[in-house]
Amino acid sequence: MADVLFLALSVLTIGAAIAALELRSLIYGSIALMGTLGGIAGFFILLDSPFVAMFQIAVYVGSIAVLILFTVMLVKRELIFKKIEDPKRKFAGIGLMLITMVAVGAIILDSGVKTITTDSAPVDFRDIGVDFLTYYWPALIAMALILAGSVIGALVLARREDTVENGQRTD
Amino acid sequence: MANELIEFVLVSVALLAVGIYGLSVKRNAIRMLFAIEIIVNAANLNLIAFARFMPEAHSGGQTFALFSIAIAAAEVAVGLSLIIVAYRLYKNIDIADFRSLKG
Repeated sequence: MADVLFLALSVLTIGAAIAALELRSLIYGSIALMGTLGGIAGFFILLDSPFVAMFQIAVYVGSIAVLILFTVMLVKRELIFKKIEDPKRKFAGIGLMLITMVAVGAIILDSGVKTITTDSAPVDFRDIGVDFLTYYWPALIAMALILAGSVIGALVLARREDTVENGQRTD
Repeated sequence: MANELIEFVLVSVALLAVGIYGLSVKRNAIRMLFAIEIIVNAANLNLIAFARFMPEAHSGGQTFALFSIAIAAAEVAVGLSLIIVAYRLYKNIDIADFRSLKG
């Protein structure tokens, strides 16, 4: 049965996910998103994967959430607080959410997932490092190239096109 | 293990449902990105949970989750810069306003 720590983590994660979508201010929303990502890192620790948990905190909470915060601050003040949605669509969305939850949940509860248990020791995180540098090295290099390419692409996309008119910059 | 696999999977399903709700209801581009992040994290949670409960996978599940996190970081960088470009063109982040590619 679920223990107290697990229940607290679940409430934190799902509650923060709902708050991230529903809070009026986008800034508070992105801070709530940080809570969701941190809660997922907590689940990773419960699952005996401390390496992935640290990676999650470093990449998601440390960089992606901060990147989102910076982008939110680039947007005009009124837009941060304005909520744009029509109520009919909102009820349809809540219905879709409940249907997804009940349907997928029922399928999973009915499947054999419930019977899977394990007594084996968790994977040592040193094995992950060894695997990364031996078996998975081509994938690691491809990932590095993808990351570099996407960062360069993002920079090119977000660049200001400063036009020079009459020898003066117009920005 | 103190907790069972089914509990983690159910939390993951709940997060997926919240993410789908956000994607279908919100019109704010940044909020839709939040929803995408929540869905990606639900998928990662599933990966790690199944990797823990299937010992024959060795470190494969965790390695795959690490790759998934890194690719998600790249996706967010590109998505945010697209939002910035669209905001510069339309002075708005409402996706209903993004009607033409020309601006």
